[in-house]
Amino acid sequence: MWSERASAFMAWVDERLPVTKFWNDHAAKYYAPKNFNFFYFFGSLALLVLINQLVTGIFLAMAYKPDATLAFDSVEMIMRDISWGWLLRYMHSTGASAFFIVIYLHMFRALLYGSYKKPRELIWLFGMVIFVLLMAEAFMGYLLPWGQMSYWGAQVIISLFGAIPVIGEDLALWIRGDYVVADATLNRFFALHVVAIPIMLLALVVFHLAALHTTGSNNPDGVEIKKLKGMDDIPLDGIPFHPYYTVKDLFGAGVFIILFVLVVFYLPEGGGFFLEGPNFEPADPLKTPEHIAPVWYFTPFYSILRAVPSKFGGVVAMGASIVVLFLLPWLDRCRVKSIRYRSPVYGILLGLFVLAFFGLGVLGTKPVSPLNTILARVFAMMYFGFFLLMPWYSAKEKTFPEPMRLGEAVVPLAKRRGRHWDIVRQGLAAIQNSAIFQSMILRVVVGFIVFFVLLDFLFYF
Amino acid sequence: MKRLLAVTLAAVSLTVGASEGLPPIQSVDIDVFDRDSVRRGAEFYVNYCQGCHSLKHIRYSRLAADYDISDEIMKSNFLLGERKMHETLQSAMKPEDSEKWFGAPAPDLSLAARARGADWIYSYLRGFYLDPSRPTGVNNLYLPNVAMPNVLGGLQGLQKPVISHEGGMEFVERLELAKPGSMTPDQFDEALTDLMNFLVYVSEPSMLQRLPLGKYVLGFMVLLTYLLYRVKKEYWKDVH
Repeated sequence: MWSERASAFMAWVDERLPVTKFWNDHAAKYYAPKNFNFFYFFGSLALLVLINQLVTGIFLAMAYKPDATLAFDSVEMIMRDISWGWLLRYMHSTGASAFFIVIYLHMFRALLYGSYKKPRELIWLFGMVIFVLLMAEAFMGYLLPWGQMSYWGAQVIISLFGAIPVIGEDLALWIRGDYVVADATLNRFFALHVVAIPIMLLALVVFHLAALHTTGSNNPDGVEIKKLKGMDDIPLDGIPFHPYYTVKDLFGAGVFIILFVLVVFYLPEGGGFFLEGPNFEPADPLKTPEHIAPVWYFTPFYSILRAVPSKFGGVVAMGASIVVLFLLPWLDRCRVKSIRYRSPVYGILLGLFVLAFFGLGVLGTKPVSPLNTILARVFAMMYFGFFLLMPWYSAKEKTFPEPMRLGEAVVPLAKRRGRHWDIVRQGLAAIQNSAIFQSMILRVVVGFIVFFVLLDFLFYF
Repeated sequence: MKRLLAVTLAAVSLTVGASEGLPPIQSVDIDVFDRDSVRRGAEFYVNYCQGCHSLKHIRYSRLAADYDISDEIMKSNFLLGERKMHETLQSAMKPEDSEKWFGAPAPDLSLAARARGADWIYSYLRGFYLDPSRPTGVNNLYLPNVAMPNVLGGLQGLQKPVISHEGGMEFVERLELAKPGSMTPDQFDEALTDLMNFLVYVSEPSMLQRLPLGKYVLGFMVLLTYLLYRVKKEYWKDVH
C-alpha cells in the first residue's frame, strides 16, 4: 500500500524532476572500482568537513561581529555567553585544520596512484582550484578572531603583494582597503569568508564531482575498470557506489569523527598549532609579536618564501610552488598510473618529496636561523626538483606490467606486499606467540586491566 | 591523572614565551576541577590583582554558579563597593590612571592563561627581584623592565639576584630570599597555584563543560563506529 503510493509519488516527481536518474547516475548505478583502500576515504571526508564548516560557520556568524572594536570580544562572547558557542567555535577551528589534513592526504593519494593523469586532468585542475580557494578561505577566516596572530599574520601576508614590481604597493592597498590591516580589511574579509569564497567552493566541488563521475574513479592499481565490461555493460571490477561505498565511507566518517571529537573536547588548541597562543591577545597595531608564524597548514609554502633571499623572489617561489602543482598532469610522462607498477625511482622521489614537504612545514613554524635557512633551501630544492625533473625521470621509468583485472577488494593480510606489511605481520605473530595471548586467563586479566585503565582515563573529569 | 590537563596546558605554553636568554619557566600543576583551590584563587585575585587588572570576560554570576559560591560569600568577599552579580570582574583603576602611574595600562587578564600559559604567569609572579635602578625598585626575570610593581612582595618576601659572570656578560643565575614575607615559600607557591587554577578557569570557563562531556560523545561515537563497521562487513561479504 505505502510502497505503491511512494513509487507513484516518485513517478510523479520523476516526470518533472529527474531525481531517480540523478540518484542512479551518481550513487546506485555509479560503478566504482572495488579495491579502494585507506587513501580513498579522504574525498568523502573532505565533503564532511566542508559541511561541518558551513553549518558551524552559519551559527558563528549569527553572533560574531565583524568590527575591529568588537570582533575579539564577540568571539569570547561566543565562547562564554552563547549556548554551546564554545562547541561551535572549536568544531569550526578544528575543522579548519582537519580540512587541510584531509585535503593533503587526498592530494597525496593522487600522487600515489596517478589520479591526475589522462583522462582525469580536469578533476585535478578543479581540485587544485578548490585547494587555492581553501587557502584563501582559511587565511581570511583566520583574521576574523582579530587576535595578535590574526592581525600580524594578515599584515605580513598582504604586504607580500607589495613586493610585486610597479603595481605591488597599490595592490596591497587595494586588498587591505587601508594603509595597514584595519577595520575595512576585517569587514571585507568577513564578506569574502562567509559569502564569496564558500559559493565558489561549492561550485567547484560540483565541477570536481561532475568531472569525476564522467571519467569514473581511478584506483590503487591504476587500471581503467571501464575497459572490461560484462554483458550488462557494467564494469566487471566495478561495484555500485551505493550501498557499498556509502556504508564504507560512513564507517570512515565514524573513525574520523572519533579523532575529531578527541581534539575538539580534549585538545582544542591542538598544542598551539590549531589555535595559537598569541591569538588570545587582542590585535594591537602598535605591538608586533616576537615571532609571527602562519598557521601550520601554510608553513610549507611560507618556508619556501623565506628560503629565497629577496622578498620578490620569495613571493615568486611561493607562487611557483602552488602553480607547479597545477601542471602536474603534464609534467608526469609515465604511462603507468599507480606507484605499484611504476619504477622504484618514483617511489623514492615521492618519499623525498614528502620528507621535504614535512621539513618545510616544520621549519615554517620556527624562527629564522642560519641552519634553518640552509635546510629550508635544501628542502625547497627537493620540492621543486620532484616536479621539474619529472618530465625526464618519468619518461624513462622502467615500469612493471599492469594487471588486466583488479585484485581482491580487500586483500588478505597474508598476501599484502611491501616492507610495512612485513612489519605488521611480524608484530601480529609476536603477539600471537606471546605468553599473554596463549593463556586464556592472562588474556582475560590483561583485557580487564586495559578496560579499567581506559575507563579511569576517560572518567577523570 | 591530573597530568593529562597539565600536559595539555604545558603543550600550549611551550609554544609561547621561551625567548632567548631568559631562564626556563617553572611548571605548575593545574586542576580547574579542584573547587576549593579555584575559590581560594578567586578570592586571592579579588584581594591582590583586581585593583589594577580587570577580567572583563567573566561575570560574578558565572563564577558563583560554576563553583557553588553562596550569595553571602559573593557579597562579603567578591562584590566590592556597588558591584552587581551580573557584572564582570572589572578593575576600579582607569586605564588612563594606570598609564599615568605606571607608564602602561594594566592588561586585562581574562585570557592571560591562554595567551601566555599558566606556567609563564606562575614563573613571572615568582620572578621579581630587587633592582634599585628601576622606578618600582624591582625587576623581573621573565619580563625584564616590566612596569608592574612587586605587588605580592609582602607575601613572598623580597628576593635579590645572585649574579654570575660569564664571558664578560652579567646574568642572573638565581633568586635568593633577602627578606622573608608573611608566607613561607611553600605557602606562597600554593597560593599562586590557586591563583593559576582560577586564571586558567577564567580563560576558558567552558572547560568545565567540555572536559566532562567529551567521554560521552566519544563513547557514543565508538559504539556507532563499531556498528557501522559491522554494517560495512555485512554489505561487503559478497564482494571478492
